[in-house]
Amino acid sequence: MKLIFERSTPGLSCEILPPCDVEAYELKAEQQRGQELRLPEVTEGEISRHYTELESQTFGVNSGYYPLGSCTMKYNPKINEEIAGLPGFADIHPLQPAHTVQGCLEALRLAEKLLCEITGMDYMTFQPAAGAHGEFTGLVLIKKYHESRGDKKRTKIIVPDTAHGTNPASATMAGFTTVSISSGQDGLVDLEALKAAVGEDTAGLMLTNPNTLGLFEKNIVEIAEIVHQAGGLLYYDGANLNPVMGIVRPGDTGFDIVHLNLHKTFSTPHGGGGPGSGPVGCKAFLAKFLPVPRVEEKDGEFYFSGDYENTIGSMKAFYGNFLVVLKALAYILTLGREGIPEAAKSAVLNANYMMKKLEDLYQVAYPGRCMHEFVLTAEPLKKKTGVSALDIAKGLLDNGMHPPTVYFPLIVHEALMVEPTDTESKQSIDEAVKVYRELYEKACTDPEALHQAPVKTAVRRLDEVTAARNPILRYNFD
Amino acid sequence: MGSYIPNSKAEQQKMLDFLGLASLDDLYNEIPDKVKLKGGLNIPAGKSELEVRRQMEALAGKNKVFRTIFRGAGAYRHYIPAIVKAVASKERFVTAYTPYQPEISQGVLQSIFEFQTMICELTGMDTANASVYDGATACAEAITMCVDRKRDEVFVSATLHPDYLRTVKTYCYAAGRKLVVVPEKDGVTDLAFLKENLNEKSAVFLMQQPNFYGIIEDAEACFKVAREAGAKSVMCINPIFAAIGKTPRECGADIAVGEGQPLGISLSFGGPYLGFMACVQELTRRLPGRIVGQTKDIEGKRAFVLTLQAREQHIRREKASSNICSNQALCALTAACYMSTMGPTGLKEVANQCLAKAHYAAKHISSLPGYELVFDAEFFHEFVTRCPVDVNKLMAKLEEEGILGGYPLEGPYEGCILWCFTEMNTKEEIDRLVAILKEGIQE
Amino acid sequence: MRVEKDLKYSKTHEWVKFLDDTTALIGITDYAQEHLGDLVFINMPAVGDEVACDTPFGDIESVKAVSDIYSPVEGVVAEVNEDVADSPQSINEDPYGSWIIKVSNITDVSDLMDAETYERYCQEEE
Repeated sequence: MKLIFERSTPGLSCEILPPCDVEAYELKAEQQRGQELRLPEVTEGEISRHYTELESQTFGVNSGYYPLGSCTMKYNPKINEEIAGLPGFADIHPLQPAHTVQGCLEALRLAEKLLCEITGMDYMTFQPAAGAHGEFTGLVLIKKYHESRGDKKRTKIIVPDTAHGTNPASATMAGFTTVSISSGQDGLVDLEALKAAVGEDTAGLMLTNPNTLGLFEKNIVEIAEIVHQAGGLLYYDGANLNPVMGIVRPGDTGFDIVHLNLHKTFSTPHGGGGPGSGPVGCKAFLAKFLPVPRVEEKDGEFYFSGDYENTIGSMKAFYGNFLVVLKALAYILTLGREGIPEAAKSAVLNANYMMKKLEDLYQVAYPGRCMHEFVLTAEPLKKKTGVSALDIAKGLLDNGMHPPTVYFPLIVHEALMVEPTDTESKQSIDEAVKVYRELYEKACTDPEALHQAPVKTAVRRLDEVTAARNPILRYNFD
Repeated sequence: MGSYIPNSKAEQQKMLDFLGLASLDDLYNEIPDKVKLKGGLNIPAGKSELEVRRQMEALAGKNKVFRTIFRGAGAYRHYIPAIVKAVASKERFVTAYTPYQPEISQGVLQSIFEFQTMICELTGMDTANASVYDGATACAEAITMCVDRKRDEVFVSATLHPDYLRTVKTYCYAAGRKLVVVPEKDGVTDLAFLKENLNEKSAVFLMQQPNFYGIIEDAEACFKVAREAGAKSVMCINPIFAAIGKTPRECGADIAVGEGQPLGISLSFGGPYLGFMACVQELTRRLPGRIVGQTKDIEGKRAFVLTLQAREQHIRREKASSNICSNQALCALTAACYMSTMGPTGLKEVANQCLAKAHYAAKHISSLPGYELVFDAEFFHEFVTRCPVDVNKLMAKLEEEGILGGYPLEGPYEGCILWCFTEMNTKEEIDRLVAILKEGIQE
Repeated sequence: MRVEKDLKYSKTHEWVKFLDDTTALIGITDYAQEHLGDLVFINMPAVGDEVACDTPFGDIESVKAVSDIYSPVEGVVAEVNEDVADSPQSINEDPYGSWIIKVSNITDVSDLMDAETYERYCQEEE
């Protein structure tokens, strides 16, 4: 595919603006740009062709099966896109006076109310722009909480070894050191290991439930007790909320803070890597530390207030990814009281169904009941045939399917993490199962073919080593 | 009730039968009863698409869409060409995930590579990343890039947008870093203070250009002082200004960051926006977040891939310098499409029209008694004037005419107004504004 | 998996070559480079930095992983190998010929193994 710069012809442009209707003004020479500005010079038709070509080499949720574990690639409803595009939302300046944005403020309040009910929290901020951003926010809340108690010893955050990389990275950003505890043979938090790890220096525990192996932490109440008794707080990584929303509320199981991934659980689209939204909910005792500004209400009128002396400050400018929050709000209103748990159940049904259809061939890392996702290990297959998880993934590409997540979580070798989500049909899963089974057979009979895969895609396996050794990170005009 | 589940009850029953389960609830048998929600969620029942549309439209109807906007302060109303919206709504771009499987994601990867190139061009820098959440977090991340064991004190100008400053303060608090706010003097960074206070522990100096008051600062002088003290320099630049103003590179900055919302992204009540980050070659591996690189496939075809991943959280975990996992991919694509549509001449035209209209407006507004310019310094498309009347009453009057007036400042310049003019404001609109201001005085 | 007879080895797979009592070259072993895969980048310390026994002084990246490099000695970084910094793949090609840092003013040394002991140690790790 050509780069847009390669479609450029000097002198071409789009006629977008009328001539300036006031006298021109020029900056003094020393304030002016001296470097040439090289941007594409193309007409609208060329732009249209260009992005059409790029789109044809992009795999969306609308393209096919997309069972990326821990990403919840569910269907993105189009009504949500339209609503977010309404001028009454999209054209609103964030610094308009409160009485001219009552609809925006009410929407935020409504979203807060609904999501607090779903999570069992008391308050919520929508400022964090993504899950990782939410994690960071939650950890800073924890930091401020302990400080406010005059407790300077709380320097450690505990995470299980199945944690997503953002968990320890967020802890580091918040000035904590991370303690990783090994999961038990059953893939769950080892209570003895946890008891040994907690102490006076425990600021908190970060947990995903169900965890990244797709297993529900049955001992969650005991886990919460252990951490709380040691004086720490319990943080919920909401990446895996999809299978339990409307069925189990993190707030009911002892969590003090949660973050949500609206772009996972609540159907807002991933956009090729963003924008998402990572709202953070908390119990009442932590509300005074929440970032500002916050939406307040008085006599039926909403307004923003920054007047909170114990706030941690701000996580970014303005109020968060507002249009993304609207999409999630519309989704929750659509599904409603019955639809939320129904979606959860569908996700769990789909995952267990697919797992059972594959377990005679592929090795399931933790057999038994899974939640919304399951982890296969290709290690035995690799020992037997030399075919790795990566090869299977590339083989799937040749079958028009997006591979599952590979090589995560780290505690499973040659991991394939499969999450069908609630919006996958039985038919589509059956077709996928057929392909996974065919690939297994192929691995046994013709492993070399899979080492060569993919062969049908626009490009084949890439030289990532040279890309990292001699990075070319921009187009060179010269 | 809406549902996006593509299985009928009958099909779900077949699946349950295959699993040997009686009902969907049996899927949760292994979860202790004591943690299960009793009585269902206390939220309204689900609604049909039309009902949801009506409910949300009613909320949208409670917001006022201003025909004319003279307010900036971190969010700018520029013209968004139709092609930009069309491209940004292409379904596969909207619904794709992060391009971790490059063989089927060349579209997204290439769009990011193009964005990175354009940001380098705009800022004069060597390397750009795939974007971060917004301008404020870009400032915070840039600061992290500069801090190390020997130098960990952070200097930031008070002329930075207040929200950005608050964000930087929060990030520094979290990491336990000392933050020094360089005071503002006559609307610009107090250079003498900077000179006196930078020392061998200073890691970085960050400032905004144009600054929060719209003023074009002498960034070069500030960065020279920083460099002499051994500290790195970060410029947070308005991307439209960058088309005609001295680039961060030319001013001697090591890192350029900024808010990309003016590049084709609607006001959106504050988000999602787009943070961009670019730096000199030597600092490339300190950039956080995703970066797309060019390579070849096994058949020698040019292709694009996420690279330098060993910097990132999914590999470094607690040793990562940033936890950032995502970028604002769709917003970056939007910005790249905008920059391609406008091209170099178009973008310069936008900037020059902003400049011209702001100076036209400034001339006429400041000629009205009580509306003097607060600062003498040169400005881009925003400037501060005094206000002889109750600012809120003035805004209310403008509102009646469908006009969102300038931003009423708080803090040291309380009672003054920060006006913004872009290519979207016609001469007629500006003249009408001046007339209303004039009327207001006569009351 | 190769070992060189005249070098000393750490449990974390670094090799040490003493040039004299207080100066040494440090690199990573064949076992290490094999397990890391194609190396793409080294995060080097600066000349003049202090290094301590069994403490990381830098790290080394492959495409999908990063690994700390531990110092087997206590001293001061006298030199970093710029050639290896520019081409980390030389470590893949010739791990024992591609030193990473030269340390001087050595005042302490960790417990190190000789070639034979290290070879056995690696076999056990497998």
